[in-house]
Amino acid sequence: MKTKKIQLLSVIFAFAFMVGCASNDADDSAVNTGDAAAQDAAEQAAANKAAADAAAAAAAAAANLTSVFYFDFDQATLSADTRAELDAQIAVLKNANTKVRLEGHADERGTREYNMALGERRANAVANYLIINGIERYRVETVSYGEERPINSASTDAAWAENRRVELK
Amino acid sequence: MRVFLFIVVALVLSSPVNAELTIEITQGVDNPTSIAIVPFGWQGSGIPKEDVSGIVQADLFRTGQFAPVDRDDMLSSPQQQSEVYYRDWRALGVDYLLVGRLIPSENHMVAQFELFDVYAEKRILTGSQSGAISDLRGVAHGVSDRVYEKITGIRGAFSTRILYVSAVKQAAGQFKFRLLQADVDGAGEEVILEQSQPILTPSWAPDGETIAYVSFETTRPAIFMHNLRTGVRQQLTNFKGLNGAPAWSPDGRQLAMVLSKDGSPDIYVMDIATRQLKRVTRHFAIDTEPSWMPDGKSIIYTSDRGGRPQIYQVTLATGYEERLTFEGSYNARARVVPDGSGIIIVHKGTGDYHIALLNIDKGSIEVLTETALDESPSISPNGAMLLYATKYQGKGILAAVSLDGGVKFRLPSRFGDVREPAWSPFLR
Repeated sequence: MKTKKIQLLSVIFAFAFMVGCASNDADDSAVNTGDAAAQDAAEQAAANKAAADAAAAAAAAAANLTSVFYFDFDQATLSADTRAELDAQIAVLKNANTKVRLEGHADERGTREYNMALGERRANAVANYLIINGIERYRVETVSYGEERPINSASTDAAWAENRRVELK
Repeated sequence: MRVFLFIVVALVLSSPVNAELTIEITQGVDNPTSIAIVPFGWQGSGIPKEDVSGIVQADLFRTGQFAPVDRDDMLSSPQQQSEVYYRDWRALGVDYLLVGRLIPSENHMVAQFELFDVYAEKRILTGSQSGAISDLRGVAHGVSDRVYEKITGIRGAFSTRILYVSAVKQAAGQFKFRLLQADVDGAGEEVILEQSQPILTPSWAPDGETIAYVSFETTRPAIFMHNLRTGVRQQLTNFKGLNGAPAWSPDGRQLAMVLSKDGSPDIYVMDIATRQLKRVTRHFAIDTEPSWMPDGKSIIYTSDRGGRPQIYQVTLATGYEERLTFEGSYNARARVVPDGSGIIIVHKGTGDYHIALLNIDKGSIEVLTETALDESPSISPNGAMLLYATKYQGKGILAAVSLDGGVKFRLPSRFGDVREPAWSPFLR
């Protein structure tokens, strides 16, 4: 019974580290070095599994989170919805150590270099919100593309609304 | 009352197969000057590679100030004064007559030409224009420059080039960007740079061979300096944040630009020789789109420090700043006309974004265009016309308007969107 349990944990251990060694070898070593060592290995395996699960959960959560945030014309103000969406991103970012790149965009109306500045103002608004809420400054990079990379090239209110955005990457 | 003269004929200027730009004149002046440009004589073997007099005719037609006579209506084909019978031309109501002939020598071509005032029955100009045999278009533009100046008193700008940017969509938010140069009539197009990252704000140095522009090739904006003759290319800036809106000083020694490295977008001036930067504006609002006044002593720029984008002027020696525009909710990207009397701006009053002329002394704004989403005006070196970018039938195109608003034409692109025209200085 106990041997079987150790064997199972060892298999998990092997998977968690993706070392790919044969389960028979792990089983042999566990039996040969005694219960204490097996216990340590089991605990470590469990801890690693938990970490892997958390990372997977974070990745899954991040994948489901909104990563494009929209703005009103000539504005860089974060709406209540945007702030709520960013709070969810912040919760995930706090459990990770990844860097984020914030790409600011503008719609086609007005001049290109002014829109470049407007895109930066939007990216900075998001960056400042992340930093104020505990994300380290060095992890946040901003860049503005102005009106150079529209998602929708039409000249309609709906297209312009799609293009006034910050993308978190 | 102005009678709009819509010339619906699309004038495809015998451009090379892959040229992106064609020209459609949409509005000319009320009473254009009638001119007959007789096909030039040819003294070489075979046939010339370009129709030189046809190019001269297209040049003059494109100004909107001239109505060239149809070749089929001509009663004779003189090539020099001794063959000119004024009655043939008076019968057609022609004001001016241009005749000439092309004489090839070893490696170059000479165009000898004579211009006549038909009513005075007088020859008013004789000249010769030479160039490489491979550059017959250049020879033709040179003739156009001389004829235009003789009749209008304004230096011709037909021998100039334009820079512009094209973008071809690859996927949502993904484009192929190209920086191009072409003759001002769209011919002789060459690709300067092609990449998947944005290219913006091409700007000519006064030498007519050095340019500056913004490229995102490093995944961030950076200002580059590029010599079109030698191909030598240098990255001038690599600061955190914006690196944009390069504008050459009138003496070509300094480059004004926008950097946001110190927090918000401000105007800076870089000394090209030493690469030293001097900060010009200092405000938490957006300051961008610098442009030099002709005397090089002050810079005009866009700022939204008053809440909305408006044009300001800063005197470099003192740092004194002054707001220049008060009419309209959006005034941006100013460019001074060559004589300094006015400023061309992107202006939004109650309607769409248009190109407008601000009279500096009177403070009045005159709207010059009626197209939609107009931007990026660039004035010809003789101050007669300006090129700008607009949207037409869902595509970004270049268009032109005379500074008095009387003449308009479009340069639609056959591929993708074109934008950000920059008209070169005089090149010879």
